[in-house]
Amino acid sequence: MPQSKISTEKLNLYYGAKHALKDITIRIRSNMVTALIGPSGCGKSTFLKSLNRMNELTDGARTEGKVYLDGEDIYGSGMDVTRLRKRVGMVFQQPNPFPMTIYDNIAYGPKVHGVRNKEKLDGIVERSLRQAAIWEEVENQLNRTAMGLSGGQKQRLCIARALAVEPEVLLMDEPTSALDPVSTLKVEELIGQLKGKYTIVIVTHNMQQAARVSDDTAFFLMGEMVEFDTTARLFVHPADRRTQEYITGKFG
Amino acid sequence: MFSLCAFTAVAAVFSITLYMIANGVPAIWQVGWKEILFSSVWQPVARDASFGILYVILTSVVGTFLAVLLGVPIGLFTAVFLAEAAPAWLAAVIRPAVELLAGIPSVIYGVLGMMILNPWMYCLEQMLFADSLTHQFTGGANLLSAVIVLAVMILPTVISISEAALRAVPPELKASSLALGASSVETIFRVTIPAARSGILTAVVLGVGRAVGEAMAISLVSGNSVNLPLPFCSVRFLTTAIVSEMGYAGGLHRQVLFTIGLVLFVFIMVINGILSGILKGERQG
Ligand SMILES: Nc1ncnc2c1ncn2[C@@H]1O[C@H](COP(=O)(O)OP(=O)(O)OP(=O)(O)O)[C@@H](O)[C@H]1O
Ligand SMILES: [Mg+2]
Repeated sequence: MPQSKISTEKLNLYYGAKHALKDITIRIRSNMVTALIGPSGCGKSTFLKSLNRMNELTDGARTEGKVYLDGEDIYGSGMDVTRLRKRVGMVFQQPNPFPMTIYDNIAYGPKVHGVRNKEKLDGIVERSLRQAAIWEEVENQLNRTAMGLSGGQKQRLCIARALAVEPEVLLMDEPTSALDPVSTLKVEELIGQLKGKYTIVIVTHNMQQAARVSDDTAFFLMGEMVEFDTTARLFVHPADRRTQEYITGKFG
Repeated sequence: MFSLCAFTAVAAVFSITLYMIANGVPAIWQVGWKEILFSSVWQPVARDASFGILYVILTSVVGTFLAVLLGVPIGLFTAVFLAEAAPAWLAAVIRPAVELLAGIPSVIYGVLGMMILNPWMYCLEQMLFADSLTHQFTGGANLLSAVIVLAVMILPTVISISEAALRAVPPELKASSLALGASSVETIFRVTIPAARSGILTAVVLGVGRAVGEAMAISLVSGNSVNLPLPFCSVRFLTTAIVSEMGYAGGLHRQVLFTIGLVLFVFIMVINGILSGILKGERQG
């Protein structure tokens, strides 16, 4: 079994009195795609946010338990949040480029992390846009505002923006749920190209998508992780009856 | 019925415009526009009368500019604090205070400025110009006092409109910046404020409009003599010229005051034009 990139141990998260994550223990394999599925409100986004400490931005959220990135406790005192978020990037559900040029969107992250050299930035911008399979579409309009792009292009731009800081892990929270089918397909292809180089964790409501893009799948229900297995096994031979019912569309 | 009401507003604007032009233009013909706009000698009641309003125009422009320069940063930082950082209880104290500030009649600002600000200014003036042989002492009623009063008066406009603009920035946009490793301060300056820029610009323009049009408060603190707008000089604004002279002016003098009104009117029109330009630009994305 390949080494795990991220692992959690008895991870619990509370929003005030609400117990949103219950004893989650999981090993996310390096350079693989892990899908998180489950009905609305089961804690998928919450779990994702606890992996780059974005949960700390929510008032009243409290985390217990451990999250390890390459064996290092990300909630430990030695962990710098800025560095953590450079290593663990995030793509959101709504495509949300910054209101600036395409170039500046991509260069934003590297600049935050101290890259000033113009040539170096140019290189990063081109590499990131190529990686996100959007370079050909925008190479002639780098200095135009990103707000004029289509929804699908915006989302790939956001992926490029996240890739620009050279993360090791990419967290994606329903990255295609606001996109049309063609754009969805493009993003799925992109995920296929990115895995191998990045460890990807993707939340999706779409069973076919989970089956298509992921190597492992975790099924969440009411804050608990009911089942975690390779995608091939989980979808064909789910061990838990609730998993079976969910993936066959009996509830959710 | 509704269209009739709407028509009232249009008719009012239309008739005011006509009236301003009809009353403001004759003096321009009589005195000559160059003489009015570019001469600095204002002696409307002298035997050999002179109607140059250059210093008055400059005072309004410079005074407004300085007030905005002072008020906008303070207002913007207050708005950022309210929208992004302030704990709920503190925001609950500041916000009503700001609203109250907007509701205070301008004459009160003037009186307070006269009672509090002017004496301070006088002290400062006495220190700075102790050895000066040429300085005309003003008792503290000077451009600087007017600028400070104006800056405070535009604060509520700047704060409430910028705060609304900052709050309208989607939370995911800020989250995206934070998720890239940016600090919250970097996020505010490099993402949130730029994303709210059209609203903030609107706030600035409305602040400018308020400052240009203000008369009562500054007539009490600015000293009211026609001078080049230097910080410690007693100065007269476009608005205060009208307020202080309209009561007794007659003949050509009175007509020139209408011309001053017309100049003020043009200023406000230009500001409104800029504002609608901004709003239009925003709608186009
Ligand atoms: N900021 C918050 N404060 C309080 N409760 C919250 C907060 N965010 C989420 N919750 C609660 O925590 C639970 C998990 O929410 P979460 O957003 O992680 O679900 P999800 O699986 O991502 O759902 P969805 O599929 O709808 O995105 C839900 O019951 C939700 O109501
Ligand atoms: Mg969610």
